[in-house]
Amino acid sequence: MIRAIAFTKRNIRRTPFQALAASMVMFLTFLVLQIFVILAAGSQTSLRYFESKPQVIAFFKDGISSQDISAIENALQQEGRVTNTKFVSKEDALQIYRERNKNDPMLLELVTASILPASLEISTQSPQDLAPVAEILKKEPVISDVIVPEDLVTTLTSVTRIIRTVGVATVGFLMVFATLVIIMIIGFKIRLKRTEIEIMRLLGASSSFVRTPFILEGLFYGLTGTALAWVISYGLLWYFTPFLQGYLGEVKLLPVNPLFMLALLGGSLALACFVGGLGSIAAVRRYLKI
Amino acid sequence: MIHFNSVSKKFGSSLALEDISLEIKQGEFVFIVGPSGAGKSTLLRILTRELLPTNGEILVGKVDITKIKDRDVPHFRRKVGIVFQDFKLLDDRTVFENVALTLEVQNKSDEEIQKMVEHTLKLVEIWGQRNLFPRQLSGGEAQRTAIARAVVGKPDIVLADEPTGDLDPKTAWGVIQLLNEINSWGTTILMATHNQEIVNTLKRRVIKLKAGKIVSDTKEGKYD
Repeated sequence: MIRAIAFTKRNIRRTPFQALAASMVMFLTFLVLQIFVILAAGSQTSLRYFESKPQVIAFFKDGISSQDISAIENALQQEGRVTNTKFVSKEDALQIYRERNKNDPMLLELVTASILPASLEISTQSPQDLAPVAEILKKEPVISDVIVPEDLVTTLTSVTRIIRTVGVATVGFLMVFATLVIIMIIGFKIRLKRTEIEIMRLLGASSSFVRTPFILEGLFYGLTGTALAWVISYGLLWYFTPFLQGYLGEVKLLPVNPLFMLALLGGSLALACFVGGLGSIAAVRRYLKI
Repeated sequence: MIHFNSVSKKFGSSLALEDISLEIKQGEFVFIVGPSGAGKSTLLRILTRELLPTNGEILVGKVDITKIKDRDVPHFRRKVGIVFQDFKLLDDRTVFENVALTLEVQNKSDEEIQKMVEHTLKLVEIWGQRNLFPRQLSGGEAQRTAIARAVVGKPDIVLADEPTGDLDPKTAWGVIQLLNEINSWGTTILMATHNQEIVNTLKRRVIKLKAGKIVSDTKEGKYD
């Protein structure tokens, strides 16, 4: 095997542009794959977050009394769909607002407790319970507005589905393309080394001795392209984490779990071995008749 | 050591070898002579198991090489060294690397390769050229490299197909003397050639082929 690795290194070193082209194709394929996996995993996690916290928020008109709030809470508790209610006073709302905007003094200066509405956060058994509970709340005269995240869940579900479908189609196409490129490059190299192969055979080289370096070469292209793609995708994710965190709010997606990224690397490398190995084995079977 | 029993080889309807029977003993130096198309190269290619005969059996030692399995062919070939008229050296490898290739395919260790290649290159007197590439060598040096590659693995048999064909007379004699020396170690040598002077001077066994048939087989023979 050491000898086969040495032969592989020699093959790669002596045709550097083909090696670069093959690695770049694998790099692009796996960069796209990893970006889609990260997007799909992110949207799936967000979806789960919103699904696990079915919540309706009802904003009260100014001047509401504690009796009114208790009456609404009691009415909701009798519904059976509601698991928990939490009253957020104007002062609490200001506290939350300050916490969220602590890095922006301009925003803090302009806002006081009086302009923020008090609210009631109502958690339900399941996302399907959100709409009926919201309907009950909308009928209450002391409530000015009701926010239902049902639309967000529906949107996220369809976004996740689209990411998965487009991702599978794109990555599938790129996988086939990468495999064909590997077949083409390894096939070309086999033709280029026809004399060397013939001489090695006459000197007593076994089939595996002749074939293994070409198969290792395909694996090398797959593994280097994938490792580079992983470094780039992790780097991009790391770079954009502060920017993205502002958009994600309470959804704990970032910074991304290193174990997830390691699993992504492992999975990508395994897939790269499959693509690189499949391409080179196909080329060897097609062009290297021993 | 080598027995051809009624060996024939057809390429389509063309008969390249017809009913060849002969025996070559270990340590013999045999010239295979004859005009172009007589079947000399076909005979050598059958001996390397590049080609299978249409009929007959070929025993090398006790093994019928027409019956060995494909996966065992590499092991058989390691017992046979081959020298070509056009040298067949790899242009992108140095003299040392070309010779080392024989041992690399046999999975010898780096230390063994270093030792055996050095010994062989010194023997064929091209140690000084070990770091040169084939394009930097003269014809004689290239053929010596090819011979070194053929013998570095200590084969039982060396097959030389017109090894002096591309060389001037003086260089050709150098190559023949080298093959003669290798033969003196006990290595069996079969050499296909057109060179009358060499055959007639060396006075070794001569097998003459014509149209795929043996027309003469003489010890200390001549090539007219």
